[in-house]
Amino acid sequence: MQWNFLALIGSVILQFFGAVGRLAMFTGKGLLHCVTPPFYPRILLRQMLQIGYYSLPVIGLTAFFTGAVLALQIYIGGARFNAESLVSSIVVLGITRELGPVIGGLMVAGRVSAAMAAEIGTMRVTEQIDALTTLSTNPFKYLVAPRLIAGATMLPLLVLVADVIGVFGGFVVGTEKLGFNVGIYLQNTIDFLHMDDVISGLVKASIFGFLISLMGCYHGFMSRGGAQGVGRATTNAVVSASIMILTANYIITELFFAQ
Amino acid sequence: MSTAAASTGHSKISLKGVTKHFGPKQVLRGIDLEVQRGQSLVIIGGSGTGKSVMLKCILGLLHPNGGTIHIDGQDVTHLKGREQEEVMARMGMLFQGGALFDSLKVWENVAFGLIQGKGMQREKARDIAMAKLAQVGLTADVGELSPAELSGGMQKRVGLARAIATDPEIIFFDEPTTGLDPIMADVINDLIVKCVKELGATTMSITHDMASARKIADRVAMIHEGRIIWHGMAGDVDHSGNDYVDQFINGRAEGPIQMQIRKL
Repeated sequence: MQWNFLALIGSVILQFFGAVGRLAMFTGKGLLHCVTPPFYPRILLRQMLQIGYYSLPVIGLTAFFTGAVLALQIYIGGARFNAESLVSSIVVLGITRELGPVIGGLMVAGRVSAAMAAEIGTMRVTEQIDALTTLSTNPFKYLVAPRLIAGATMLPLLVLVADVIGVFGGFVVGTEKLGFNVGIYLQNTIDFLHMDDVISGLVKASIFGFLISLMGCYHGFMSRGGAQGVGRATTNAVVSASIMILTANYIITELFFAQ
Repeated sequence: MSTAAASTGHSKISLKGVTKHFGPKQVLRGIDLEVQRGQSLVIIGGSGTGKSVMLKCILGLLHPNGGTIHIDGQDVTHLKGREQEEVMARMGMLFQGGALFDSLKVWENVAFGLIQGKGMQREKARDIAMAKLAQVGLTADVGELSPAELSGGMQKRVGLARAIATDPEIIFFDEPTTGLDPIMADVINDLIVKCVKELGATTMSITHDMASARKIADRVAMIHEGRIIWHGMAGDVDHSGNDYVDQFINGRAEGPIQMQIRKL
C-alpha cells in the first residue's frame, strides 16, 4: 500500500467540509420545513410528550443531586476563606446560569437524540423513509420538523423544572446538613437571583434542545447499512449532540451573557 | 384520469439513456425502456445489476446523472418539491421488506397516503383502508394490530393494500415474493394480478423469481450490468435466443453471466 501523506490530509479535509456542508444543508432544509405547511400537530404533540414529559424523572433526579452536591462543595471550599454564607447564592446562580441547562441538555441528549437516531435510522434502513416519499409525504416535514420544534420548545420547560429542583436540592442539604437557617437561606436565594440569570439559561436550553433533535435526526437520516449502521448513528448522535451542547454553551455565554 | 396522454400516443413510462453512478461505481449505463398504459412489465436480473436503482430513479427517490425519464409524456427527471409530490401521488409502491410504519396500526398504514397525502378525514380513510384490506384477504381485526404482530406474508399483503389505497395509475413492485414460501408467493402473485386488473394500472416489477415473473408479466425485460439486454413478450422469454436470458431463467451457474465470486 502506498502511503501518501498529502493525499491523506487532503481527503480528511475534503471529508470534513463535506460533512459540514451536508449538515448545513440538512439544518437549512429542516428549518424551512418547520415554517412551511402542511404541519403535523399529532406528531408534534407526540414528540413534545416524548421529549418533555418522559424526560422529567431523569431531569428531576439529576438536578436534585447536582444542587445538593454543589451546596456541599461550596460549603467546603467557602470554609477556607470564611465564605460559607455564599452557599445559597452560588447554588442558585450556578444552577440557573450553567448547570441546569448544561446537565439537563446532556441528560436529554443521551435519552432523546439516541432514541431519535435509532428510530429514524431504522426507518431509513427498512425503506420506511422512501415509503413516506412515495405516499406523498415529505420526510423532512413529517419526521424532522416536529422533532426540531419539540426539542427547542420542550428543553426550556425541562430546564425550568431542573432549576427549581436543583435549587431545592441545595436547600435541603444547606438547611438539613449544613445547618443554615431556612428563612435566611431562602431570602439569600431570592435576593441574589436576577431574571436575566434564569432567562439566559432558558435561551441556552432552547438552542441545546434544537441541537439535540438536529443531531438525532441527522445521524438517523444518514445511517446506512443495517443494524450496525443504526448502532453507529445512535452513538454518533449522542456524542455529537453532547459536544455541540458544550461548545455552544461556551460560545453563547461568551457572546451574550458574559458582561 | 388523463386520457389525453394516451390519445397522443405517449408511453406511460419512458426512459431514455438513463445513467446513474455512486462515486466511481457506475450502476446504470444507459437504460432505454418504454412501458405502455395498462401494461405489466417485469424486469429480471441478478442481484446488484441496478434493478432497484432504476426503480428509485423513476420514483424520484434518486436523481439520475444522465438521460431522461418521462411519465405520461411529462419530463419528471429533475422534478423537486411540490411538482414531484404531484407526480408521486399518481404512483404506488410495494417495498421489498414491506416498509410498513411500525409506529402506526395496520389500518393507519394503509390509510396513510389518503390521510397525510390527500388530506382525507380519518373516518372516511379508515373505511377505505378496511375495504382495501379486505381486497387483499385480510379481516378488519387485522387492521387494529401493529405491523410487528404480522407474519411476513401478511406484511406483504398490507404493503400491497397500502400501495393500491390511493388508486394509483402506476404501481411498482420491488421483489414482491422474496422471502415468502412458494404458496404464499403464489397468493401474492394472484393478488397483484387481481388488484392491478381492478385498478387498470400500469405496473413495473423487479424480481429474480421466474415463477412470479411468468405470472404477473405482460412483457419482460432483462437488465445486466446497468443495461437492458433483452426486452420482449412474457411468452417469448423461454425462446429469446439470448444466452444471458437463458442462463438466468434456467438458473445455471455456467454461462455468459459470471458471478463475482472467487473460484473454489
